[in-house]
Amino acid sequence: MSSAFMSRAGALMSKLAIAASLGMVSQAATAEYALNMPVGVTEISREVYDLHMLVFYVCCVIGAVVFGAMIYSIIAHRKSKGAKAANFHHSTVVEIVWTAIPFVILMALALPAAKTLVKMENTRGAEMSIKVTGYQWKWQYEYIDEDVSFYSTLSQDSNFARQKNSGVDLESVDNYLLDVDNPLVVPTDTKIRLLLTAADVIHAWWVPDFAVKKDAIPGYINETWMQIDEPGTYRGQCAELCGRDHGFMPVVVIAKTPEEYQAWLAAQKGAESALNGAAIATEQNVALAQ
Amino acid sequence: MSHAEAHDHHHGPEPGFMRWLKTTNHKDLGALYLMFSLAMFIVGGLMSLVIRAELFTPGMQFVDPQFFNSMTTMHALFMIFGGVMPAFTGLSNYLIPIQLGAPDMALPRINNMGFWILPIAFGMLLSTLFMDGGAPAGGWTLYPPLSMQTGDAMPFLVFSIHLMGISSITGAINVIVTILNLRAPGMDLMKMPLFCWTWLITAFLLIAVMPVLAGAVTMLLTDKYFGTTFFAAAGGGDPVMFQHIFWFFGHPEVYIMILPAFGVVSQIIPTFARKTLFGYSSMVYATAAIAFLSFIVWAHHMFTVGMPVAAELFFMFATMLISVPTGVKVFNWVATMWRGSMTFETPMLFSLGFVILFTIGGFSGLMLAMTPVDFQYHDSYFVVAHFHYVLVPGAVFSLFAAVYYWLPKWTGTMYNEKLGKLHFWLSTIFINVLFFPQHFLGLAGMPRRIPDYSLQFAEFNFMSSVGAFAFFITQFIFLYNLITTCRGKWEKATDQVWEGAKGVEWEMLPSPLPYHTFEQQPDLSDYEPHPTH
Amino acid sequence: MAHSAENNQDIYYVPHEGSLWPAIAIVGMFGTTVGASMMMNESSFGAPLMYAGIAVLLFMFYGWIKQVAGESMSGLYNKRMDLSFRWSMGWFIFSEVMFFAAFFGALWYARAISIPFIGGEGNNLATNLFLWDGWEAHWPTNGPAEWGGIFQTVAPWGEWGHGFKEWFNHSLPLVNTMILLTSGVTLEWAHHRLLQGKNGRAAIMLGITSALGVWFLYLQASEYAHAYADLNLTLESGIYGSTFYMLTGFHGMHVTLGTIMLIVITIRTAMGHFSKEQHFGFEGVAWYWHFVDVVWLGLFIFVYIL
Ligand code: HEA
Ligand code: HEA
Ligand code: CUA
Ligand SMILES: [Cu+2]
Repeated sequence: MSSAFMSRAGALMSKLAIAASLGMVSQAATAEYALNMPVGVTEISREVYDLHMLVFYVCCVIGAVVFGAMIYSIIAHRKSKGAKAANFHHSTVVEIVWTAIPFVILMALALPAAKTLVKMENTRGAEMSIKVTGYQWKWQYEYIDEDVSFYSTLSQDSNFARQKNSGVDLESVDNYLLDVDNPLVVPTDTKIRLLLTAADVIHAWWVPDFAVKKDAIPGYINETWMQIDEPGTYRGQCAELCGRDHGFMPVVVIAKTPEEYQAWLAAQKGAESALNGAAIATEQNVALAQ
Repeated sequence: MSHAEAHDHHHGPEPGFMRWLKTTNHKDLGALYLMFSLAMFIVGGLMSLVIRAELFTPGMQFVDPQFFNSMTTMHALFMIFGGVMPAFTGLSNYLIPIQLGAPDMALPRINNMGFWILPIAFGMLLSTLFMDGGAPAGGWTLYPPLSMQTGDAMPFLVFSIHLMGISSITGAINVIVTILNLRAPGMDLMKMPLFCWTWLITAFLLIAVMPVLAGAVTMLLTDKYFGTTFFAAAGGGDPVMFQHIFWFFGHPEVYIMILPAFGVVSQIIPTFARKTLFGYSSMVYATAAIAFLSFIVWAHHMFTVGMPVAAELFFMFATMLISVPTGVKVFNWVATMWRGSMTFETPMLFSLGFVILFTIGGFSGLMLAMTPVDFQYHDSYFVVAHFHYVLVPGAVFSLFAAVYYWLPKWTGTMYNEKLGKLHFWLSTIFINVLFFPQHFLGLAGMPRRIPDYSLQFAEFNFMSSVGAFAFFITQFIFLYNLITTCRGKWEKATDQVWEGAKGVEWEMLPSPLPYHTFEQQPDLSDYEPHPTH
Repeated sequence: MAHSAENNQDIYYVPHEGSLWPAIAIVGMFGTTVGASMMMNESSFGAPLMYAGIAVLLFMFYGWIKQVAGESMSGLYNKRMDLSFRWSMGWFIFSEVMFFAAFFGALWYARAISIPFIGGEGNNLATNLFLWDGWEAHWPTNGPAEWGGIFQTVAPWGEWGHGFKEWFNHSLPLVNTMILLTSGVTLEWAHHRLLQGKNGRAAIMLGITSALGVWFLYLQASEYAHAYADLNLTLESGIYGSTFYMLTGFHGMHVTLGTIMLIVITIRTAMGHFSKEQHFGFEGVAWYWHFVDVVWLGLFIFVYIL
């Protein structure tokens, strides 16, 4: 066990060393995703990203001023340099200034944040609704008024690989821990309302690319919405501790153009019974794997 | 009554275990609290190493997911209730009576009880590791319905929290009463060292919120064992109600862990800058403002539970406001250093590290306060990075600073400065290796409380784990320094210890401190600790 | 600072020889909590351990208080000490207020937030439609699942006109309110007597106060019995039953404790332990009792009437 661990650690260490020695070039390829919040694919997610960068830069500037003054003083006002201590000990003017300025800065941050928040909480005018139910440990998606409904669990490959000492090379698993059997399929350019709830304990549905994270609470329904601009596959995870397999109930959303989505939906309705059978079969497989 | 001089030779402590069990001496109890917290830091630290070992690389290597969750939960409970809080209570016991010229704490026997509750409370909590269903694994926040799935450990968890609450409340009452009632003549409130002020306000917070926590966990217990439905919608309750009550405690709790740290730092920086603390009274008011605001911001931990927008806006604004008084403190510290005459002994180094790294943690706190953006940060490693920055290089660094600062006064022996500096630099480097990458992990989408993760998170987790082990090992330097100093291995300390130190303990008392400091309270009418205007 | 007037008064008593009472207290707490935990886990060792723990706690209270009383009467305590006790008792009561606040908060939250939300208020239409089938919010309630079955509540007072006994039996909360208010008056009466140095009279008034406490507890118990037997109002009656029993039960525990303390100071007063000048033991209990009184008024209004 420990030798497998050591070799994995060793591999990582050399990977890290190579990345470092190749310098910025190799790092830059992954830097966007690894270091910062994704910009995302909704208007809201872009606003959130901008707010994030705004407050980040504000903190950097304040930090530069405060730490700058502190470091200057550490360098210039040290006893070993012969600095004699001054004896001022307060100044009402200065104190009012440094109470007022942060206050103004905070207002400048809070106002745009409030605007975005109000937009995010406005679920009115949605063109379609999907009810999402969290279970220990899977998601159920029900397309309201469409009679389509299915469960979404961690993909089998990941599930095998994640067992203790499975011996599976994780690099060989597609999207390790971020893949499911039945992804949620939705249309782009459509305001989609999600109705979130849970059957047992609290879960939270999170897809960073949509800047959507909302708790799924048993007995209550929370609403949120998204309008996706670009077709693609988007991944996220359950974000509220929900017990043993909290780390193993990912969210995968496939956004298709409205036409493709309609085709998919029609196929679902046709294959509804068959698909349900498949979902049950998968569940059993998962149970067997454990 | 002349026998009431400040002397220790008329009756010293009796030897052996009974001395510690029966003691009513505030210095004994202070030392006990500090030693106990040291032990709990090590236990909590070992648990964090289990976490970091599992997260070293992707894939499950060492533990089961359920046990991993237990480790996360227990790590937090031990660090918060067993480590940081008792450590500060220990400091308060040791220092407040001395700094104020009081004979002892106001209620010495209750003080003893407050301490000795802790070993049994944590014994109970630790024993849950061996019970049916394992130790609590629902996170330190104990959210129902998940926490209802706890096995036999449940009542032990609840009662141990009750006991910790009793301990905290008795400790807090002692602090308040000592400060309000036992100051030496002439020691006006506005003359008190800031450590006393911050503790006075902390004690108020403790008395106000520990009972609320006790109420919350009591309801968990009755929901599980007596059929009530406080937190179940079917019976008309609400899981979110628990969160409101918990965080009404939980948010002031985080200031309980940082205000005494502010006090420590506010005393150390002037000493080594050889300059009076800048803005003494605004420091006091800022502390009070933080405490007040801490009662009206709790729901910033629950932005994603689906509150009405108006509530979200209110809690966002109120939370952001806390940056203002906290900023006043940071600015005052910097202004104290400005044009001082600084030296950089270990306590000062840790204080400077505190100011910078705590502020970084405060900045990430401000980012979290922005509700729409918190939807992205919430329950991700960004939050983990935030609170460890304010807690480890925040609260824990201030503890290191305090111990290095006062240890020579307590023991009469100077610690080893070289080892102290080494401890500081290694700690500072490794704590950043440990927690800085967690910001990136969180932003990139790694949720907290997961035992395994997808591959794009591998590198930073690896770094973080390396930092964790290195940081932990570094603490042995501190332990060695501490033990050898207590044993008198190094140079004798002078009475003032530090050239720039001001205050009763430095200017009026010998090192080491006598076993009983004041039976006759000193007259401090002419004593001017800092210019008042 | 002229503080040399009475040198004896300068020494703040610190029990330098230490004390074992705290350790005994901790043994008691350990037994009680571990015993209770084991009971909940259905271990047969639980109950004996818990009772043993409680016994140790009672012994500890007796011994500790006796020692403190002895020290007080032998003149070891100065004015500052008295003030320390006062401050401590005040802050202790504040902590109790906050403890009750958690439960009052739960009641308020259920009524103002969770019940209306389940009923579809605000942006919770979906909650109501999808999960609870159009259930209508109301109070009192045991929730949309009718947890614990149909129940009736305890009315604050009954209708007049069927004779006193009938009215009395249906007005226990109101009667209890009057009992507690009266006990507050008799307690203050006792205090005045004590201040006049009339310890005997004070003890009589205290005896009456204690008896009122016992009466309150008796009526509260019969109210519970009635609620369980006739109204199907139990701990399991959803959120109403939960908050009702949690608040009244927690308050009842405080009355029990307060009554025991009242009995203790009744005896101590009769034995002449208190003087005109020094009787903090008395006052501490009195404050506590008044606090319990005020909480009851809150309960009467928010639990029974509204
Ligand atoms: C000692 C502990 C401590 C301290 C001091 C703080 C301080 C702050 N915290 Fe933190 N916090 C925690 C411990 C702490 N926190 C813990 C343990 C959690 C997680 C709990 C859990 O879920 O398990 C948490 C979580 C947490 C959240 C919830 C995140 C989430 O789960 O989604 C939020 C959100 O608002 C937050 C905000 C803040 C803010 C605004 C401050 C402010 O007080 C910070 C103020 C300081 C500064 C801003 C820096 C200095 C100021 C200046 C230099 C002035 C100029 C600055 C400006 C004008 C910007 N914290
Ligand atoms: C004060 C609180 C505190 C402290 C000190 C720490 C210290 C550490 N924490 Fe912890 N942590 C929390 C509070 C704390 N943490 C909380 C509240 C959570 C959230 C739990 C939850 O999600 O429910 C958490 C969660 C948490 C996680 C996330 C787990 C998860 O989400 O699954 C991780 C992962 O890396 C982690 C790691 C560490 C590490 C490596 C340290 C290391 O720094 C530890 C190294 C050792 C020490 C710091 C001891 C040093 C001190 C001394 C030697 C004593 C000095 C004593 C005196 C002066 C008397 N912690
Ligand atoms: Cu579901 Cu976490
Ligand atoms: Cu908070």
